[in-house]
Amino acid sequence: MVRVLFVVAAVIVLGVGATAYALRAPEEVAVAVEPGPVELSAGRLLFVDGASGRVASVPMSDPGGPRRVSSLSCKRFYTAARQGLCLADRSGPFPGSVAIFVGQSLEETHRIDVAGVPNRAKLSPDGRMASWTTFVTGDSYAQTGAFSTRTGIYDRETSLYQSNLEGTRIAGMKRAEDMNFWGVTFTGDDRSYYATLSTGGKTYLVDGDAVDISATPLRENAECPSLSPDGKRLAFKKRVPGDGARPWRQHVLDLTTMAETPLAETRGIDDQVVWLDDDTIAYGLPGEGIWAVPANGEGTPRQLVPHASSPSLVS
Amino acid sequence: MYIATARRAPAAGGTGRIAANVLALGAVSLLTDVSSEMVTAILPLYLVLGLGFSPLQFGVLDGIYTGVTALVRVVGGHAADRWQRRKLVAGLGYGISAAGKLGLLAAGTSATAMGLVLAGDRTGKGLRTAPRDALITLSSEPSALGRAFGVHRALDTVGAFLGPLVAFCLLWTLPARYDVVFVVSFCFAALGVLVLVLFVRDHRDVLPGVAVSLKSAFGLLRAKPFRRVCLVACGLGFLTLGDGFLYLLLQKKLDVDVAYIALLPLGTAGVYLLAAVPMGALADRVGRWRMFLVGHLALLGAYLLFAGASGIALLAGVLVLHGLFYACTDGVLMAVAGPLVPDELRTSGLALLQTGQVLARASSSVLFGALWTWFAW
Repeated sequence: MVRVLFVVAAVIVLGVGATAYALRAPEEVAVAVEPGPVELSAGRLLFVDGASGRVASVPMSDPGGPRRVSSLSCKRFYTAARQGLCLADRSGPFPGSVAIFVGQSLEETHRIDVAGVPNRAKLSPDGRMASWTTFVTGDSYAQTGAFSTRTGIYDRETSLYQSNLEGTRIAGMKRAEDMNFWGVTFTGDDRSYYATLSTGGKTYLVDGDAVDISATPLRENAECPSLSPDGKRLAFKKRVPGDGARPWRQHVLDLTTMAETPLAETRGIDDQVVWLDDDTIAYGLPGEGIWAVPANGEGTPRQLVPHASSPSLVS
Repeated sequence: MYIATARRAPAAGGTGRIAANVLALGAVSLLTDVSSEMVTAILPLYLVLGLGFSPLQFGVLDGIYTGVTALVRVVGGHAADRWQRRKLVAGLGYGISAAGKLGLLAAGTSATAMGLVLAGDRTGKGLRTAPRDALITLSSEPSALGRAFGVHRALDTVGAFLGPLVAFCLLWTLPARYDVVFVVSFCFAALGVLVLVLFVRDHRDVLPGVAVSLKSAFGLLRAKPFRRVCLVACGLGFLTLGDGFLYLLLQKKLDVDVAYIALLPLGTAGVYLLAAVPMGALADRVGRWRMFLVGHLALLGAYLLFAGASGIALLAGVLVLHGLFYACTDGVLMAVAGPLVPDELRTSGLALLQTGQVLARASSSVLFGALWTWFAW
């Protein structure tokens, strides 16, 4: 009997303890907010607000100043040509995502349900092509291929939707079960793109074609490419030796000379960076907000927006 | 309190009720499985999304598990026999795994620390399995051993069933609060340890008549019946396709979304859960070894279904046969092997058998994995 009482007491103590832990007030985040609508208008830097998880904006002239916060919740947001792509959580007992297309005032125009957890989202420069990456996980028992990525491409003009790039033919490689794609960046022609391919424990930068459904590997060890506005350089993250969750260094590859330059940011960037102009990239660092660094390997990183992630600039 | 079947035929033997010790061990396993399955279910999400590990790093972490458990099992089994402290060794295993849940919070973003914590967790699992199964055999009537293991495995599977459910519901209500999942998981594990300490009785009455050494443990293999069980179990283990592959094959064949792979194991677990006790009892009556072999026929049947069936028939057929395979083999094998090993070497013997089985399955997984990668499409 005493033993049963012991167990009951333990259940109560542990239950109360766990509940108290779960309900612990989250740390207050102090950011200045100004009233006003969030619009995709020139000179505004769009991002996901760290405190609310909603799309917010600041003027590029004063990125550290007060922000406007919208009502649109996204894990990832990208804007191009006054259009927006929001990759949001679709909550349920199993992870799911939804890709939401929005117009200039963030009004929804179209949505596509996607399997997996939101990770990357990007539009082509004229806003026609959209791509997103989600993570799909099996649970405990499905040990094999426990984690895989799914990358979709959607053509808004033809409504052609490839839900997963895994069917893409890779020049010089046999199709393999472990092929995963992520982090698409489009060129200006609305059909060719750069992306990451992972197979056999290695990652490759590939040059793909969304119409032919084919791709060519360009080089090894390059993830999450992002093409500069002039289309001449690619920023990507490269795995470097080191312990920790983010063993990456951001590099810029000159597509004419194929020479690569490490950037001045030494903290591991796990992001698909954006180009603010032809000389500067911006990226999010978990817990440290949005930062920018020159794209030529010189200078030092500077913080743009605290408590924020997923930047993109309306040009 | 006792799981007893009133309509049980007298031929099955035994007193008709499951020993309190077996039920207590079942409760411990249930709580511990809720705890560990909660974590395994969300660990990939946590590592990749919470901490920003790349999926590849996750694969590397996953790879260290099997080797660790195999080694620890033999050493733990030996220690439990040598000092006749089965409860202590099992308790140590449960305790290490419980502490590991808090270690997950502390490891932060260091890949090394995370690897150590996960290895610690598996060490705990490796330590506890053999002494626990030895205690079940020592606490039960030899004639009803199959049923005793059936009850234990059914309770264990309830935990495995509930774990992922609890974890995903927590994440659903508290988005991205992986830390809360770990804390709740720790609470379940701690309760498991407490139930073990309070309700499980050790069997120390059997004092070793001979010196218990590692050599004498391996010497068990000289006895023909036990050696035969080990060889056949390892051989069949090598021919067994890992669960993951089976689900992957199902997903490919049925062309369902990858996201739903997560639901397939629930089908297997459900069947296992329902069939474990009846199959264990049946094994006591018709012969456990025979049951063990029949179980593998069920698995073979599941493989054959891929050639013949399709659609819902394939899905239901494979999951039912796969669940029956577990019900006929997992606990039943321990019930076969237990009586073949003298009491004082019980833990070492079971540890040896389990290690062989784990290694056989792991090497078959590696082999099938390589084949799968090379010959896909």
